Formats: sequence, C-alpha cells, structure tokens
Amino acid sequence: MNKLLTCAAALALCAGAASAEIKVGMITTLSGGGASLGIDARDGFMLALEQSGRDDIEVIIEDDQQKPDIAVQLSDKMIQSERVDVMTGIIWSNLAMAVVPGAVNQGVFYLSVNAGPSQLAGPGCHENYFNVAWQNDNLHEAAGAWANQTGYSNSFMLAPNYPAGHDALTGYKRLYEGESAGEIFTELGQTDYAAEIAQIRASGADSVYFFLPGGMGISFLKQYADSGVDIPVIGPAFSFDQAILQAVGDAALGVVNTSQWSKDIDNPTNAAFVESFEEKYGRLPSLYASQGFDTANLLISALETAEPSDADAFRAALKAADFDSTRGEFSFGANHHPVQTIYAREVVKEGDIYTNKIIGTAIENHADAYVGECSM
Amino acid sequence: MSAILIIEQILNGLQFGVMLFLMAAGLTLIFGVMGLINLAHGSFYMVGAFAAAAVAGVTGSFLLALIAALIVAALAGAMVEMVVIRRLYASDHLDQVLATFALILIFSEGTRWIFGSFPLYLNTPATLSGPVTLPGGIQYPLYRLALIAVGLAVWGGLWWLIERTRIGIQIRAGENDREMIAALGIDISRLYTLIFALGAALAGLAGALVGTIQSVQVGMGEPVLILAFVCIVIGGIGSIKGAFIGAILVGLTSTLGGIFLPELFKVFTDPATAQAAGASLASMSIYILMSLVLIWRPTGLFGARA
Repeated sequence: MNKLLTCAAALALCAGAASAEIKVGMITTLSGGGASLGIDARDGFMLALEQSGRDDIEVIIEDDQQKPDIAVQLSDKMIQSERVDVMTGIIWSNLAMAVVPGAVNQGVFYLSVNAGPSQLAGPGCHENYFNVAWQNDNLHEAAGAWANQTGYSNSFMLAPNYPAGHDALTGYKRLYEGESAGEIFTELGQTDYAAEIAQIRASGADSVYFFLPGGMGISFLKQYADSGVDIPVIGPAFSFDQAILQAVGDAALGVVNTSQWSKDIDNPTNAAFVESFEEKYGRLPSLYASQGFDTANLLISALETAEPSDADAFRAALKAADFDSTRGEFSFGANHHPVQTIYAREVVKEGDIYTNKIIGTAIENHADAYVGECSM
Repeated sequence: MSAILIIEQILNGLQFGVMLFLMAAGLTLIFGVMGLINLAHGSFYMVGAFAAAAVAGVTGSFLLALIAALIVAALAGAMVEMVVIRRLYASDHLDQVLATFALILIFSEGTRWIFGSFPLYLNTPATLSGPVTLPGGIQYPLYRLALIAVGLAVWGGLWWLIERTRIGIQIRAGENDREMIAALGIDISRLYTLIFALGAALAGLAGALVGTIQSVQVGMGEPVLILAFVCIVIGGIGSIKGAFIGAILVGLTSTLGGIFLPELFKVFTDPATAQAAGASLASMSIYILMSLVLIWRPTGLFGARA
C-alpha cells in the first residue's frame, strides 16, 4: 500500500513537472513603500490564471524591493537559469528601463502590467515588448483633456522633481489649452505641502493639477482639505487607488481623477472580475489589479493559438489582443502600447468604503504621443 | 508675493520647526547624556503614528490616540534600551550605528507584519479641522496652529524638567560626568532608561501629530530622522535650547527657501529653469545652513563639547 502511494505521488510529481510547459517570470514590488501596487498587480494576474483553469503555466514570482539593481539580478536569474518564456510584473519605470531592453533582446517576451516609460514607446520600442497598461503620459494627457472639457482655463500644476514628475506636467500640458497659474516641482518623498498650498491659495488658479503618487498624495490631499482652499483638484488615478483612498478618507471626496479602468465600467468581464477579486482577496480591486488581470488574460489568449517557442506566431497572437478586457475594447497601437479610452472618475463613498465612480469620458481611443518615433 | 503669503509661510516654517524639535529633543538628550547615536529614533516616530492610528480606528478618540502614541513609544523605547542599547554604551559609535540600523529594519518589517503594507487612516479631530481666520485676514488651518502650540508647550515643559527638577539635575550632571554621578549613588542605568523612554515618547508624539496630516506608513520616520540630526548638529549636540533653535532654523529655511529661491531665480532666468534650479537649491539649503554654522562654530550654536 505504502509503495503504491509513493508511486502515485511520484507520478503526480512527474505529471506536474511535465505539464508546466510555459514559464512566466514575474518581478514585482512586494515589500517597501510601493508594495501595495505590486501586490495588487500580482493578485490580479494570479486570479486570471486560476480562472483560466490552465495548469501548464508556471509563474515564478520574485520581489524587486523597488530597487533597479535587484530587478536586474532577478531578471538575469530568470532568463539564464530558469529559462522563462515570458516576463512581466514590473511596476516602476526606472526598474523597467533597467530590465526590459536586456530581456527582450535575449528573445524573452515582456508584458508590462504597469510601467510605460516614453523611451520604450518611442525609439526604444521592441517587437517582443507589449504594454497592457498605458504609456506613462496617458492619464496626464487625459487629465488635460478633461480640464478643457470642464472649462478650466488657469491651472496650477504640482509634481515631484524627478523624471516621471516632469513627464506628468508635460503630459498634462500636451492637451490642456488654458493658462498656467504656476508650476511647482516638489521634493520627491516630501510629506508637508503647507508651503505649496499657500502658493496655490495666492495664485488665483481655477483648478489644481497634481501628480503625487503613494504617500505624497495622501499627505497633500489631507492637508489641502484642511487648508480651506476650495479650488477644484484633478489628478491621475495613481493618487486615488483603493489602498490610498482608505487612508485619505473624506478629504478625497469629490476629487476628479483620470483612469483607463474603473470598477463600474459596464461590461460582463469587468463585473465578473470585480466580484471574483473581492470574493477571493476580501478587498476591492485597484486599477493595478485590473492591469494584472488583463495581462494574464492577454497571455492566455495568445497561448491558445501559439507557443512562445514559435516566436513569430506568438507575437502575432499577442498583437491581436484577442481577449475580453476589463476595460471593454482593447487593441494595441503600432508600438505595442494600448489604444484606449480614458475616463474621468469622481471619488465617492459607498457604505464605509471610499471608491471611484465614472462621471465622463476624458478622451477616446487615445494612442500615445511617441508612436511616431517607433520604427516597428 | 503678498504679505499674507509671507506670514503664512513663516507660520508653516514654525510649525515644521516645532515638530522637528520633538524629534531633535530626544536625539540630543540621548546623545548628550549617553553618548549614543540612535538611528532607530525614527522608528519610535513611526511606532507612535501607528499606535495612534490603531487606537483612533478602534475608539474614534483623538486624545486617546495621542496618549496611546506616547505610552506605546515610551514602552518601545524603554524596552529597546534595556534589551539592546544598554550593551552598547561602552562600544564605539560604529557599533551603535550598526545595531540601531538593524533596529530600524526590525521595527519596519515588524510593523509591516502587524499592519500590512497599505497606509493607515488617521485624521484630524472634528474640533481641530478646517481653517481659522487670523488677524489680517490670513486663513490658516487650526490644526497646524495647535501643532505650534503643542510644540512650544513641550519645549517649555522640557525646559522646566531639565532646569527645575531633581531629575533634570541628574540629567545635566550625567551629561557632564557620568562616573561621578554614579559614584554619588544615583542609579545611572535607571536614569538612562528613563531618558531613552522620554525621548522615544516625544518622537512617538511627533509621529502621531504629524501622521494625522500626512500618511501613516512604514518607513515614515527615516526622512524626519535625517532632518532631526541636522537640527541637533546646528544647535550643538546635547543642548535642548540648541535643538529648539536648530529646529526652528531648519523649519524656516526649508519652508521659506522652497518658496523664495525659485522666485529669486526668476529675476535672472526663465521661469522653467528658475523653478527647477530653485527647487534643487532649496532642498540643499538646510545642508548649506548647517555647513555655514559649522564653519562659524564647529560645535554648533550652543554646543559645549570641543
């Protein structure tokens, strides 16, 4: 009897090893201040894999600690010793720039769940690199378009003094047609915005655009609400995801933000995603979770028609993007970045939970500004 | 640039300064009396903020939250002193830096283990929220005024404690000659635990007060710790008065520099360059201030040790 059981166990092991035909390497941020983004993207990705019922996809998950050097080490390990077929998971653009060019040049496919630096959308685009989330400027551009629609003509702009902060203001101004009431670059990681809020108060602006991801946004919104300045605020969805909203509380109510995803986008895929995510993890999904979920479904859809070993066919299958996205229609532009509709959402309170509700469309079927510089 | 804006910025600088003082006071006492470099001081700041957020979440009372921050941070301080720090008084500064750096990692990951990676919610109580109108028509958040008041009250309280009480005499004596006061029959290890707990409690209070208007998250203490070190170096290590003056100077320089340097640069160059250059120079300004003070007075403004 014992012998039989051992055999059965060994067989299961063999079967398990033999059936894992596709190896996916996920490098994402699971510790440190930015961990909530990586955790959401990972959970969304794994949920889609689980729902697909495929047991031939093995996912190796590693934590990059938000450090480029660690991400590069992990990627070398995954490509050279684990021999992964597909990589994904990186949240931060500086890490993506350190990992993606090397990975795709070694023949690995890279599907981005979040980071979309302009270099990889323009001159540095690559046939094996697909971005399922956005090009970094997209949400900022949409915010500029929304400011025009709302009739704002004198915006005060605020972003941290680092590359993504400069890109944010460039993105906002690309479509925004009004005047600038002032621009401030704050220190990265700054937590006190009293001085900036005083300048906003004195500026005579009719709207405030800010890009302050993570804890910076929490501090800014709380202090802004407490200051008595009542100029309307808009921002990209990064400062309004599910995790951050609960920490900001009432101070975020009524603030408009732009996002390519929202839990109330009306399509069956999205409704099922929100319900199953909440059931499995006990919290509402964020846009990062939706991006992880879409990335996994894109991968699964491509695997149904081709194997990564047949690179050309697999690439064509990815490019076709034949999957049901939580965003509704989804297609790739020439540079393998999404062409998508971006919504304006407003922060509302549903019961005890702070969340977002769509109030309008900021920009429709929007590609990015760098597609012309890509030679594909 | 109106007078109202300038006055508002000076208030902001003061508020920032007095909160830095709460951190700097503990650091300077610990360094002055025990000769110990405590990098883990920022962890007590974080512990205070998390304790306050947890208690406020359960009870809804801001006052209870502040009391919890004081008590939990003081207990954490006393425990750390008895378990780890006590073994390090005789070691050189490098060992102390290593051990207290390890404590930062333990506190950060421990807090993450208990509370998770997502920032916690802690908000101003209804009675202190919203702006008030000051004479001259300046709108200023009431909570920040309250912070200034608390900071000044703590300064006064510390001055009284150190200059007018028996404990204060022991602390000052300990700064001057620790062997002598031990020989005079004062329980020096109990005194050290007490000072350490007091410093930690002040840091915890600062964490709770500031966390209320910022974000309560893992790693929130380390950026403040660096500024607090700058304050005590400027003020002179070991001096409470120096820590206060240093903190106010750093608060004002950092706040006013961030506003006026870009404006100043706009006189010479185009707005975009002025903004970028001004912002960069502003973040350097407190370190430039520190260098100037150290050139002028190598032991800091009120430093006694040569």
